[in-house]
Amino acid sequence: MEQEVNDNSNLIDDVTGGEYKYGFTSDIDTDVIGRGLNEDVIRLISAKKGEPEWLLDYRLNAYRYWLTLTPPKWAHLNIPDIDFQDIIYYAAPKPKEGPKSLDEVDPELLKTFDRLGIPLEEQKQLSGMAVDAVMDSVSVKTTHRAKLAELGIVFCSFSEAVREHPELVKRYLGKVVSYKDNFYAALNSAVFSDGSFVYIPKGVRCPMELSTYFRINASGTGQFERTLIVADDDAYVSYLEGCTAPMRDENQLHAAIVEIIVENRAEVKYSTVQNWWAGDAQGRGGVYNFVTKRGLCRGVDSKLSWTQVETGSAITWKYPSCVLAGEGARGEFYSVAVTRHYQQADTGTKMIHLAPNTTSTIVSKGISAGHSENSYRGLVKVAPNATGCRNYTQCDSLLLGSHCGAHTFPYVDVMNDTAIVEHEATTSKISEDQLFYCNQRGIPTEEAVGLIVNGYAKEVMNKLPMEFAVEAQKLLSITLEGSVG
Amino acid sequence: MNELLKVSNLHASIGDKEILKGINLTIKPGEVHAIMGPNGSGKSTLSSVLAGNPTFTVTEGEVSFHGLDLLSLSPEDRSHEGLFLSFQYPVEIPGVSMVNFMRAAVNAKLKYFNKPPMPANEFLKLMREKRAIVELDNKLASRSVNEGFSGGEKKRNEIFQMAVLEPCLSILDETDSGLDIDALRIVAEGVNKLKTPDNATIVITHYQRLLDYIKPDVVHILYKGRIVYTGGPELALELEEKGYDWIKNQADNIGKEA
Repeated sequence: MEQEVNDNSNLIDDVTGGEYKYGFTSDIDTDVIGRGLNEDVIRLISAKKGEPEWLLDYRLNAYRYWLTLTPPKWAHLNIPDIDFQDIIYYAAPKPKEGPKSLDEVDPELLKTFDRLGIPLEEQKQLSGMAVDAVMDSVSVKTTHRAKLAELGIVFCSFSEAVREHPELVKRYLGKVVSYKDNFYAALNSAVFSDGSFVYIPKGVRCPMELSTYFRINASGTGQFERTLIVADDDAYVSYLEGCTAPMRDENQLHAAIVEIIVENRAEVKYSTVQNWWAGDAQGRGGVYNFVTKRGLCRGVDSKLSWTQVETGSAITWKYPSCVLAGEGARGEFYSVAVTRHYQQADTGTKMIHLAPNTTSTIVSKGISAGHSENSYRGLVKVAPNATGCRNYTQCDSLLLGSHCGAHTFPYVDVMNDTAIVEHEATTSKISEDQLFYCNQRGIPTEEAVGLIVNGYAKEVMNKLPMEFAVEAQKLLSITLEGSVG
Repeated sequence: MNELLKVSNLHASIGDKEILKGINLTIKPGEVHAIMGPNGSGKSTLSSVLAGNPTFTVTEGEVSFHGLDLLSLSPEDRSHEGLFLSFQYPVEIPGVSMVNFMRAAVNAKLKYFNKPPMPANEFLKLMREKRAIVELDNKLASRSVNEGFSGGEKKRNEIFQMAVLEPCLSILDETDSGLDIDALRIVAEGVNKLKTPDNATIVITHYQRLLDYIKPDVVHILYKGRIVYTGGPELALELEEKGYDWIKNQADNIGKEA
């Protein structure tokens, strides 16, 4: 019996020992400011970006507010104390010297993104997708911009948007996630560096996937990106973000804000494949991923759909949410969260039904292995005047091994009698019978686990854009290579 | 003639309980062996142990499978080497389509023999061909493995997989249980179509019924973990008529004498 237990744990070790392909560092000349945070640092960041006065004021207000806050403790997470004065708040790859065109990018940077599977050179670019590549604190390149501009679509780095479309940024910044929202939102609002800005004009369907690829490279730095997406009346856009970081012993902080505004009959699909460095098998190092993502569906019949595949980060704290303020608006949240080794994830969503006839769907699939802790936390709220609202929630947990935890914290707050709110939850393990069945057909255990996990997560994986579905499936299989229940 | 399978003095247990108590069995290519016996005699355990189910521990004995030491092989390698088990209770794997499942199985086998994966179009053609053998429709093949399949569909699906993997030894573990007469006919015809002079089949069953369709060359009676009687096809008919009691009495008496 003891032998069997040992065999099992060995197997789980094998399975969960999948390699992290993105753990390399690039030797890039980087402009780094000193560690620590104070008003001067914020002024310096703002100056480096050549920002207008109103934005600096916004940052300083956020910073002053942040000083009054303490980090949130309510999540089912064990977060070590973070020394916010020991973090570098700005690091940017230096532009190469010499008489080169502005468009030219450091070849080392191109190589880095090539290695990550994101070609940035004009001739190699993926045709169905425009990419904004962000390294540490700045955007290094945005592809297909001219083509998108023909349709009136703005897709650029946040810093550029501040320079070129200040009126749009000013109109929407902080309108969905105020700097007073929470501790990390306040911090981000004070020090945010770069990220993407998207504006889809009235009646335009964006003809390609828009994508931002975030890469942490410099050590000792935090990444604080800011993304703002606006879909005007009858517009449509599908947006994807990917993220990776080098393997390091230290913990790196990533505190982002994503704000989305969806106007009348517009639709936004936001997909995330989060693969930050998760720390090693002993739980050393890894990214702290503390993110505030929220969309405001303020238009009639507007629709926002979040899809996330979360495999990385030492600690994940994020709840992509939908505020359904327009009549008939629809919010969706599809999530696969995988934790292994000593990873911790507390993730879920909030569906806030403010207007009549709004609907929402939540499908969450948690997968835990090793000594990890994986929690779903979700809120479904229906306001007093919101008649005829519907929500369907499905929360499934899959356990691989017996040292991990899966938890579900659903909150339901319904103030209107006409609402129909459903919640289903299951917890399961991969059974020995399933594995033996696969083995008998010649499928080795590691591959069988990959198949079974992908089957379990299929409902969510199917929501990803085609281009990424295959990659994400591979990622799931690699992440869990060899796990057994 | 060569032996395809030779089981010698096989003992196996689950936990502390010994279930197989010295099985001896020799099967040659082209043969169909029926293994019959009352409930709890160890029929399903024998098939599980041959397939390498880790639930059971082999405590004694040897099994040679076309010259290989079967017991030293992993379950997947036994499969690659041509051993197929049609499960009594096929397992459901939600979200994994039959197509993906079979592609993984086929490519794993090719990899084992150092061959490249099968191109998608060739694979789909193979699926179409093999589906026809058990009259399995296209929709079924695109559904998740055994999920929501009726009893009959599950068993047809097992034979379909057998057709794709082309094993040299197939063990049908109570394939007739839960089948109506039409499904039984389709499944049995499928098995017969797949029969060649080079492969062999072990049919595990309670009843004569299946043996009307799949004609055995040899019939064994398993009782209390041992093969207590071996005969020709007529033995199955005799059992159908008289039940198992005479065999039980005989075996128990021999046990006492010993």
